[in-house]
Amino acid sequence: MPTSPLRLAAFALAVVVALAVAVPVPAQDARVEAARKEGKVVWYTSLVLPSAERVAKLFETAYPGIKVEVHRTGSERILQRVMQELQANIRNADVIHTSDAGHFVLLKGKNLLMKHAPAGVDPFPAGFKDKDGYYYGLRATLNVIAYNTKAVVAAEAPKSWKELLDPKWKGKLVTAHPGYSGVIATHVLALSHLHGWDYFKQLAQNRVMIKQSAADPSVVVASGERVVAVNGGEYTAYKAKKKGNPIEIVYPREGVPLVVSPTAITAFAPHPNAAKLFTDFTFTRDVQQFLADSEGLYTGHPDVKYPADKPKLSDLKLLTVDPEELEKRNEEIKKKFVEAFGA
Amino acid sequence: MDRALVVWVGAALALVFLMAMPLAWLTVMSVSSEAGTTLGHYRYVFTDPALAKSLWNTVVLAFWVGLVSIAIGAPLAWLTARTDVPGQGLIRGLVLASFVTPPFLGAFAWEMLAGPNAGLLNKVWRGVTGSDHPLVNIYTMPGLIFVVAIYTFPYVYIMIANTLALIASDLEDAASILGAGRLTVARTITLPMVLPAIVSGFILSVLQALALFGSPAILALPAGFHTITTQVWSFFHFPPKIEAAAAISMPLLGATAVLLWLQKRLLGRRGYAAVGGKGGTRRRIALGAWRVPALLACLAVMACAIFLPYGILAKAAFSRAWAQPVGWDNLTLANFTFTFFEYGATRAAIVNTLELGVITASVGAVLVAVLAYVTNRRLVVGHQIVAFLAFAPVVIPGIVLAVALFIAYTRPPFVLYGTLAILFIAYLTKEMPVGYGQSDATFRGIPPDLEDAGRILGAGRLRVLRDITAPLAKSGIIAAWCFIFIGVIRELSASIILFTPNTKVMSVVIFDLKEEGQFGAIAVLGLVMLALTFVTVAIVQRALGRDVLGARE
Repeated sequence: MPTSPLRLAAFALAVVVALAVAVPVPAQDARVEAARKEGKVVWYTSLVLPSAERVAKLFETAYPGIKVEVHRTGSERILQRVMQELQANIRNADVIHTSDAGHFVLLKGKNLLMKHAPAGVDPFPAGFKDKDGYYYGLRATLNVIAYNTKAVVAAEAPKSWKELLDPKWKGKLVTAHPGYSGVIATHVLALSHLHGWDYFKQLAQNRVMIKQSAADPSVVVASGERVVAVNGGEYTAYKAKKKGNPIEIVYPREGVPLVVSPTAITAFAPHPNAAKLFTDFTFTRDVQQFLADSEGLYTGHPDVKYPADKPKLSDLKLLTVDPEELEKRNEEIKKKFVEAFGA
Repeated sequence: MDRALVVWVGAALALVFLMAMPLAWLTVMSVSSEAGTTLGHYRYVFTDPALAKSLWNTVVLAFWVGLVSIAIGAPLAWLTARTDVPGQGLIRGLVLASFVTPPFLGAFAWEMLAGPNAGLLNKVWRGVTGSDHPLVNIYTMPGLIFVVAIYTFPYVYIMIANTLALIASDLEDAASILGAGRLTVARTITLPMVLPAIVSGFILSVLQALALFGSPAILALPAGFHTITTQVWSFFHFPPKIEAAAAISMPLLGATAVLLWLQKRLLGRRGYAAVGGKGGTRRRIALGAWRVPALLACLAVMACAIFLPYGILAKAAFSRAWAQPVGWDNLTLANFTFTFFEYGATRAAIVNTLELGVITASVGAVLVAVLAYVTNRRLVVGHQIVAFLAFAPVVIPGIVLAVALFIAYTRPPFVLYGTLAILFIAYLTKEMPVGYGQSDATFRGIPPDLEDAGRILGAGRLRVLRDITAPLAKSGIIAAWCFIFIGVIRELSASIILFTPNTKVMSVVIFDLKEEGQFGAIAVLGLVMLALTFVTVAIVQRALGRDVLGARE
């Protein structure tokens, strides 16, 4: 029994220290336990399939017993799925992650999102945070031009969006689709601000091949089926280049559309605890660094280091779009694109 | 007559749930708006220039597919049925392979073969000729017509080969004896006798092309044009225009109904006693020096439909980059590891597909067997109407059926969207005519005399059914099972509208991967699908003890 005041004080200190150290642990355990009881988290994601499966594996390794069910498709298809399912009263998605920030404005407006701030997002730049705290930018990429180095020498490659209008590229271009990809929907809006809708009408004169996913143009260019990609996610082009494909990236001088891809937990999440645990996990420095290293993405995390061969965002002229505007003009963007390109 | 009552109530219920209710909803949806009843959606569909163009594209595609299918199918049928061309078994086997190849896999393979720049054939062509221009550009309307036709011509082939096999040579001989030359015989005797089969094959091919979704989505969309089916699909994209999708489905439904009615009339009028008879001899025409060139021509067609596409699929499955040459540094098993071990959707999709395939085929085979037995033995009043109903779903193209089911089953009282049940209903409805056709032929081939003999000897109807009819009908029922199963595992046009993330099937996963440009994984899943198909075909061959395509006795 402690009797002297000193011993008593020492004992009290020990208890306080023990509590200070121990308290967060049971809290963490309780969260993990609750998530484990739910058993899985259903992730509707537009992150390209191999990358999404890798993130899922990382989580499953860190938290054995909780499965990540990856449902990967284009951003616009994800919104279609969520809305169609709700119409039939299906509540399936826990976490929604797309590259069309407008979706989150829409979903928040319909009270379909849960308010949840992932741990550690405070120091993220403002562009990665919803002011009301419903959604946060998990990753970012750029829209770039990519060309096949076997077919075009660097000196002749297009340096700007406008140069793509040159008739010498007729039949040699490929685009992705804003009706599928949020990266491209963002791109189309950003470029319409820069060069007007006529830009796309003129671009269509060059008989551009139309693909769906923003990941696909770099695949098409790498295969040699088309020479230049007129848009597409920089991270997939970067990865294709890293794999040894004959592909080079151009960051156009008029400005590079920046696409911040938010993530949010649904208000109706069937596995809310697992959803929170998974969301927090994806915002940890380790995962954010993984996205940068292995997937070629940018993130909002201030401590993340980027590969030396990636340009610094601060060195580029970035074009950003307002999520509210993206939401309001969603239908118009798709309609005008289809009018210009035919499908 | 409670027996009749049971059959009738069953048939009526099935009809309501499978067809009547969905089609009624489709019709209602096509004229409804928030402001009340409207014809605005139809006005939009027929006057919007882009939509009018997609209607026209569909007409062009279907018509040319019909013609090209005849141009390929008719000579092939004649060669194998009436000449001594070598390798007949091989040719028939390959026609069958083309028949069961999912058309969207063919379209996907042809992208890799005949993309204007990276396509293998065009690379070879440039290498050999030094030309700057591609030999073929598959992302064009003619390219699309070609790819659809090489998987559609078997319909023409089957119709004509089976007719030719039944026409005796006597009439042709008579004409020859009377002094007619070979061409005159062909023009005045043979052609008129096979003409109904040709027209009928043409109509079947046109119907196939009208209803197809995968091939236009893969080849027409990159080229910037739509067909009705891809347009219907894009109306589901956010923000959805389900009413417009319903309205644009109507011309497709109407065209199908009219074409089928035409075909029935044409076949119904066919009054040539020589066709269908068993008498006479069928002598094969000696091709002489033309034997080998004729075989080569057949093999050239098969190279387009089978050898080249399957080859490039296999290559893509084992390659790091499909467009790069085969070699050790391009060889990999990574596509297989990714598809089976890393990609979470694969296993669920394969399980869903097999589950739906087995359940639909089992329920379907029993259902069509009962229906065919009832109609053939005329067990109930109005058996002709039962037969008509079993065939009726044939007028509904898959994507139209899907739109109708989507509208009907996303709202109370029956919310089936999001379950495998809605896919089951779609598949069962879609495959019923095929299965019924097979079962009908089976029971027609079993003379009632045997059953009567059993009854006279004192067996009850059930005992007769068990001891006489069932054993005789067994192989035919197994064949119906397999036809339905094959139809289900390759189904895309209805599935693409009705799937949810938890009810994805293989075809939908392949289409998903296609949109993302994951060639390796598509090739792997495509090969799995082909393997499943061919194993099933092999089972039919064994069960029937004959060639699946033929109706020869």
